[in-house]
Amino acid sequence: MNNMETSLVSRPEVTASALPPSPPKMTIRKLDFHYGKFHALKDVNLDIAERRVTAFIGPSGCGKSTLLRTFNRMYSLYPGQRATGEIHFNGHNILDAGTDLNMLRAKVGMVFQKPTPFPMSIYDNIAFGVSLYENLGQREMDERVEWALTKAAMWTEAKDILKQSGMALSGGQQQRLCIARAVAVKPDVLLLDEPTSALDPISTAKIEELITELKEDYTIAIVTHNMQQAARVSDFTAYMYLGELIEFSETDQLFLKPKRKETEDYITGRFG
Amino acid sequence: MNNLYRRRLFVNRFNLVASLGTMAFGMTFLIWILAILFYRGFETLSPSLFTQMTPPPGSAGGLANAIFGSVVIVGAATFISTPIGILAGIYLAEYGKSGWIARATRFINDILLSAPSIVIGLFIYTVYVARVQHFSGWAGSFALALIAIPVVVRTTENMLQLVPSSLREAAVALGAPMWKVILMVTLKAVRGGVITGILLAVARMSGETAPLLFTALNNQFWSTDMSKPMANLPVAIFQFALSPFQEWQDLAWAGALLITLTVLVINILARSVFKQASVR
Repeated sequence: MNNMETSLVSRPEVTASALPPSPPKMTIRKLDFHYGKFHALKDVNLDIAERRVTAFIGPSGCGKSTLLRTFNRMYSLYPGQRATGEIHFNGHNILDAGTDLNMLRAKVGMVFQKPTPFPMSIYDNIAFGVSLYENLGQREMDERVEWALTKAAMWTEAKDILKQSGMALSGGQQQRLCIARAVAVKPDVLLLDEPTSALDPISTAKIEELITELKEDYTIAIVTHNMQQAARVSDFTAYMYLGELIEFSETDQLFLKPKRKETEDYITGRFG
Repeated sequence: MNNLYRRRLFVNRFNLVASLGTMAFGMTFLIWILAILFYRGFETLSPSLFTQMTPPPGSAGGLANAIFGSVVIVGAATFISTPIGILAGIYLAEYGKSGWIARATRFINDILLSAPSIVIGLFIYTVYVARVQHFSGWAGSFALALIAIPVVVRTTENMLQLVPSSLREAAVALGAPMWKVILMVTLKAVRGGVITGILLAVARMSGETAPLLFTALNNQFWSTDMSKPMANLPVAIFQFALSPFQEWQDLAWAGALLITLTVLVINILARSVFKQASVR
């Protein structure tokens, strides 16, 4: 709770429209990605700003999800997928062979397209991640679970059914549980891979609200198919096409005054 | 109504009748077997079956020692085979995947899965019973475990492969090490299927006769020592059914009914466990 208050106090001027410059949390340089022989990302360079929302848009297969999955080295689960270049995060190039992947993933959380509750109670779904790297007593853990569920706008719905299976919740609730689970381990960066594409409009609105609130404490990168969503929630937007980063700028600028013809064609619906 | 449509109706009706006919043919024998089993076995089914020992020829008795022996031998075999089978299944599905060790293991496991049980009995006889120079309950358990292991390996691997990769990724994304992901998330997600596999392996073991004939053999008396020959239902049925004595034949029928009912109960249990687990 404390760091949220201090951040509010120290940066009272933060609003969606007027953004003070923010230091980069992740810097991506000359990033190339291969699925076997397929060249999926070509020379991508960009900065992910701290405590801002960066959105990635583009047609299916443009590489936006692939890019997101390099930020936590999720691709390393699969032999045949490899990334070259540099991604600097907390002073390290995370693409280096010696990177401790478990520690990295504890710092860079991820929420997926489909809700993925673990086959355990709502409480344990959240406690699972926390207990991996922290040794909390029963009371502290209770507090952490409440804190995470509150952050994810789930506490009022979930507080009386904490012992119930997470898989019995509705789709929207499951997705917010997954966000709570990712937030609970207090990562630095939160990656959201099309977090609302399987949800109804009301759940989508709730999650978008949530993203705006989470921005106070976390650096967020979101992949979305929905351009309105990118325009609503993000501070920066990257348009990608065929594995290349076509345009990257502040969201308002990208949507109102795109510099590149390709970007304009895509956001006006003439293409894609 | 045109010709093509009429032809289609006819083909449809013909196939329906043919499939119903073959179904009835198969069911006839199944029901026949069960009917005879119940008819002959039910007469002898009495409390004394569970309290008295297998009798000498020509006198009345029960199957207490054989029932006890069967439970102990199958129980020990389950305890041996379950951890080995689950661990090997985890290796194949989560670590080995399509590497050559995994492919070779899978191939050998498939052979073991379809190996005649008498071969497995002979194997344990050669490498264990012949060495220690006497039949024993342990030898019976080892033989049955060899039959159960490939079943458990197979079901565990198949079940783990059904876990969507998104669930695995979600756990990995929290920074969980591989073994924790497997133990606390993926294996937990399919525990119903794995338990079903174990129960089906138990059902398969409880009816096996050939491997016990060479290993546990039989014992006319009450014995709880697994390093001695041990009575068990399948071998008792085998011995009694072939005998010329009426009392022994009756006991064989009762024993056969007991095994069938046990297997039936285990199967129903396995189904309900699986159903319950997949609902959640």
